[in-house]
This record gives sequence, C-alpha cells and structure tokens, in this order.
Amino acid sequence: MFWRPQTVAASYSGSGVGTVSERLRVNPIACTAHGMCAELLPEFIALDPWGYPIVPDEPVPDDLRGLAARAVAVCPALALMITKGTAEGR
Amino acid sequence: MNHVAAGVLAGGLLPSGLTHGPFLWYATRAAGLITLILLTASMMLGILNAGRFGTPRWPRFLVQGLHRNLSLLALTFLALHVGTTVIDTYTSIGLSAAFVPFSSPYKRFWLGLGAIACDLLLTLVITSLVRQRIGYRQWRLVHWAGYLCWPVAIAHGLGTGSDRGTSWVLALTATCIAAVLGSVVYRAVRAIPARGPAR
Amino acid sequence: MTVVPTGHHVYPGRGGPGSPRLLAGLAGRHTGGRQVGLHEHERLFGPLPLPLPPERRGGNGASEQRAASRLIDLVERSGLTGRGGAGFPAGRKLRSVAAGRGKAVVVANGSEGEPASHKDRLLLRRAPHLVLDGISLAAFAVGATEAYLVVHGDDGRLVASLLGAVQARKVAGLDQVAINVVGIEHRYVASEQTAIVQWINGGPGLPTFAPPRTHERGVGGRPTAVNNVETLAHIALIARYGSDWFRQAGTPDAPGTALATVTGAITRPGVYEIELGTPIGDLVMRAGGPTEYPQAVLVGGYFGTWLPADVARQARLSGSALRSVRAAMGAGILVVLPESSCGLAETARVVRYLANQGAGQCGPCVFGLPALAKALAALVYRGGSGDGVDQIASLIPLIERRGACRHPDGATQLAASALTAFRDDARMHDLYGPCSGVRRPSLLPIPGAGLAR
Repeated sequence: MFWRPQTVAASYSGSGVGTVSERLRVNPIACTAHGMCAELLPEFIALDPWGYPIVPDEPVPDDLRGLAARAVAVCPALALMITKGTAEGR
Repeated sequence: MNHVAAGVLAGGLLPSGLTHGPFLWYATRAAGLITLILLTASMMLGILNAGRFGTPRWPRFLVQGLHRNLSLLALTFLALHVGTTVIDTYTSIGLSAAFVPFSSPYKRFWLGLGAIACDLLLTLVITSLVRQRIGYRQWRLVHWAGYLCWPVAIAHGLGTGSDRGTSWVLALTATCIAAVLGSVVYRAVRAIPARGPAR
Repeated sequence: MTVVPTGHHVYPGRGGPGSPRLLAGLAGRHTGGRQVGLHEHERLFGPLPLPLPPERRGGNGASEQRAASRLIDLVERSGLTGRGGAGFPAGRKLRSVAAGRGKAVVVANGSEGEPASHKDRLLLRRAPHLVLDGISLAAFAVGATEAYLVVHGDDGRLVASLLGAVQARKVAGLDQVAINVVGIEHRYVASEQTAIVQWINGGPGLPTFAPPRTHERGVGGRPTAVNNVETLAHIALIARYGSDWFRQAGTPDAPGTALATVTGAITRPGVYEIELGTPIGDLVMRAGGPTEYPQAVLVGGYFGTWLPADVARQARLSGSALRSVRAAMGAGILVVLPESSCGLAETARVVRYLANQGAGQCGPCVFGLPALAKALAALVYRGGSGDGVDQIASLIPLIERRGACRHPDGATQLAASALTAFRDDARMHDLYGPCSGVRRPSLLPIPGAGLAR
C-alpha cells in the first residue's frame, strides 16, 4: 500500500545511485519471537531453537526485497528493520 | 448533510421506489449485519494472532493478513451501512450522526453506540496503516480499543436493529459473541506475555 | 620492562621511566588504605592544568575552543586507549563527542561490574582526584555542561568519600562543571555503557539497542562521552606532562601504563600498574609468583580468554600482542588458575552467573545463556555422554552476536576459549566424567553465590 517501511540510516551509507544493498536487522530487545519474518522469508531467515530469528548479515537478494519489505511491515513487534548500505559495525 | 438534502440527492440518484420503500432499510440491516460478521471474524483473527496461533495451513502471516483485510472490508461495508442509513428518508438520520455520538434524535442512545464503534474502528484502521510511523508502543496502546469497539458494535446492533426479535438475527449475534469469547479463552489459556521473553 | 613496586612515593617522571604513575603516592595495592587528599594530590602531580574560564581571564570563547582542541590533540597523540575493556582510542572518542550536535555530557564509568577487577575501586577510593581531574579535563575538551561519575550505589562508604572529594574541589574552585556522583544498582549489565546512559536518563539500568550511538545521542539526547575512570586518570596526567611523557612507557603501538588486577593462585594478589607490553609471566613474578604450579591464566575477565600457562607466560599485555593469541586486554584482569583446579568448572560457574545477570531483554540471551550454562555444568559435573563438547559448541553460534549488548558475546567467548584451552580436559570429562578439580573451592569470584559448588 502507500506506506513505506521505516529505514535506519547506516553509519556507512553506500555512495550514490544504483542498487544500494539492503540488509535486514532485528532489534533483539523488541523481538518477541512471533516468527512471521521467518514464515515470509524462509530462504533468508531461520528460527533458533527458542523461536527467535537468525537474521544473516548479508545483503538481501534482489528477488526477496519485496518480501523483506513486507516482513518489516508485518512484524507484530515492529522489531525488523532495513538498513541501507554496507554492514553496520556494532 | 441533513436528511432533506440526502433525500433530495437520493431522489435524484435512485428510483423513487428505492428511497421510499423498504429497500434501503433492508440494505442498511444487511450491510450492518455483514459488518458485524466481518468485525467478529477480524476480532477473532486478531485475538488468535496475539495468542500466536499458527498451523501449516494457517501460517501466522495469513492470520495477520486476513485480520487486516477483513478489517478493511468491514470498513467498506460500514460505509455502505452508514450510507444507506443516511440516504433513507424514512428516518431523519444525518451523516454527522455516524461520527458524532448521541447526536441523532432517532434512537439517540443506540445510534450513538454505533457512532462510537465507527469512530473506534476508523481509529484502529488508520493507526494500523501508519503503524511504522507512530511506533510500536503508541500503536499497541491504541489497538486495545478493539476490545471496546466490538462489544459496542454488538450492542448497537441489538439496540438499534428493529428486527432484534427475529430469531435468526439473535442466533447470529449469539454466534458472534460465542466465537469471540472462544478466542479470548484460547488467548488466555495460551498465556503468552504481551512483550518480552521472560518479563 | 618491570615497574618498581608501589611502596615508594615517587613523583611521576622524576623517577624515570620505571616509576609508577597513577599509583604514585599509594603505598600498597589494595583498596583499603588512606585516600590521597586534594593537597597531597596537587603536591604529587601538580595543579590541575585547566585554563581559567573566560570571565576570569577576560578572554573570549574562541581561545578556549582552541585550547580544548589542543587538549584533544594531546590525548590523540598520546595513543591512549580506553581502559574499560573496549580499548577504543580515547582521543578519537573525545573528538567525535566534541563534534556532536548539542552540548556534550561526560560520564565517568567507575561501576566496575567485573567481580574479578579491583582497579577502578582502588583509583576511586584512594586516588579520586586523578579521576576527578580527568573528568574536568574531558568536560573542558568536549565542551560539556554536565558531568557524572557512576559507581555502585550500595557502596555507601565509597559514595561518601567521593562526595567529600568533590566538595573539597568545589571549595577550591577547581571544577568548572559540577560533577554528579551517581549510584547504580549492582548488576553486571548495569555497568554497560548504554545501560548507564539509560539510567541517568531516568530509565531502567538496562542496555538499549544500538542506534543511535552514545557519542551522538546519549544523556538527554546529547553527545555523551562515556569513559572508564582509569582512562580519565591517564588523561589527568597526560594533560600535565604531555603525550611524549606518556609514550615513554609501553610500546609504540600500545603506549603508556595500565592497571592490572591479578588474582587467583598468586602470592600477592592486588592491583599493579604495569607498562603495556609487559609479558604476563613478568607480572606474575612481580606479584610474588604463583602459589601452585599454574595451569592457565584467564586474561580479560569474565568476557575474556583462557590462555594455557606456557602461552600466557610469554604473552605480552597489549592489545595487538594479545590479539595474536586470540585474547584481549579487557579491563586488565588476570586470574591464575593452578593445576589442581578445573578450568572448565570455573568456566561453568561463571557462565551460570552471567546467565543470571542478563538484562532479560533479548530472547537468544535469555534462553541461550542458561542453556549454555546447563550444557557446561552437565559436561563438568556429570560428563561421560561423549557429546557434551559438541552440545556446547553447537550452542555458541546460536547465542553470540544476537543480543542488543555484548553480554552474551562475552559468555560465549569465555566458553569457547575454555573448550580450546582445556581441550584435553574437556575430552576426558566427556568420556569419563568429572575430574578431581571440580571439588576445589572456586577461584573466580561469583557475587552472591555464597557457598559455591
């Protein structure tokens, strides 16, 4: 629909135009293991034995970007977010 | 928009048999009952989702997606319900009565409940559409109003409906109530905390 | 490269490169002992080198800004790195806070959550004016208008003595920014940087999720410099004697001195000031040597690494040298494990403690750490299943880096290094059950454990 998933500005943002890589990141404090993200993106997100998502630090494949945006919007705890550019250091 | 203008408008748009006969009255009742059914279904799904209901055939995102879409559909039928009521010249109910509670002289109290339920539903839907902008905490606070909206809608239906004595309408209402109560029991039994793994 | 014992009262610099710096003027290496008061502090080290505020000098703000920038340059040139465990370059942190948006805040972290560390307590109890000088200087450098010194709230005597020291300085008109002494609760995670900031902001003392970073938006949403109290004490001396003086000790890539807490099976446990780059073996001998034949040394505290004794003996105490043996300085904590103790048992106890000390906010930590503790305990005290080590090893990647703070990472790091350093022991436990070492009294302190297993 007409809303956009919230994005977090990365510390090192990718420069310029073109395909900027997207990464998924989960806020572990907000996450309460609903597991919807893993349902929508089983190729990318797996669940650990306790039901919490294991979100890899790699860029989201292009064909999964739409689903990734949907997963961010649908998360009941709003714990998933998309960061643009290169990986954020801790 | 007062009832006279509505009547004039309707008179221009619809054949006179429709504005003066029982057609609109049937339409209002039908739309209202369908809205109630949709609201009930959406309510059930919402409660089930909070109880983390999920099976291989009913994955979580489906429960959530249906909850969302049925709510939007309920809103559509609510618009139909309100629209047919306003256009109907048999009763002098203006559009404002749908949003300002207790402002209609006709069946002031029960109609007022309907307005409350309508306002609540609009609030729920709008805040959910902009959920990512307003943040989780605010959204969740407002969404508790769902537990108020639905019973108010049920009461409105029982109080306003001129056919509340009809057995099938009563049976329908009772089924809706039972369905939601069942969901609440399911949710309570699941005992899932609202937030946090171990708090 | 050993440093002379701290029994001598030596003015830094005068005694040459080997003399104590932070611990100058302190006889003894324990927290119980008299405090160096303001007058003696100034006699030992000289006055606080802060320029007078503009109203007293008749100058304008611009020259003050230049002086602040010069101070940051000095700290950067000195190569001082954080002494709280992260080892982040101190000058760079000051610079980024000074460049932040809004009036800065300085927070001195003296809460010392690590049970096996005593250096911060020593500094705060006995040489508080070094720390308070450092806070004033840091506040000046970043243009801060608020300063906080955070300690454990239940240590009433320490809080009282610090308040007294702050009051003495107030009377002398030393600090341009009032230093607030803040007590936090005695939990391991409460000492974490974002937890402290949240506590000062009026929230719970629990870590927060990373963005935004503390140096951009911390206390009150303002750029906040959080420094360990030892780091600030070093700044107090660097501001007086310069970066070249600081670099006279240590190595080119790890300059200066640091405080190390040495405990365990050691003759003279306590806090020692060492030059960075000192081999661990030298420090152990300086502390009187081990009381028993050493098996391994825990380097870096409860989030640290076990080093087998032969590796530890040669390993030099500096960031880069320890990295080459896959360890880190941490907060300068060393615990010597004797042959007769079981390193895996010690690790199991510490991991159980860490599991209980989590903030309870993130699922992987809330569920993963207790599972890890249980798996370790099963290996150590039961064993014999043959797959105990594999169970532990499979849990570790499910836990590390999946929390909001570094708490789970520290525990997994400790567990992983124990499996490496005590690999043969682990295999024996796995095949044959517990060793005799598990019944020895525990060496690593577990607060609140009472009679530990």
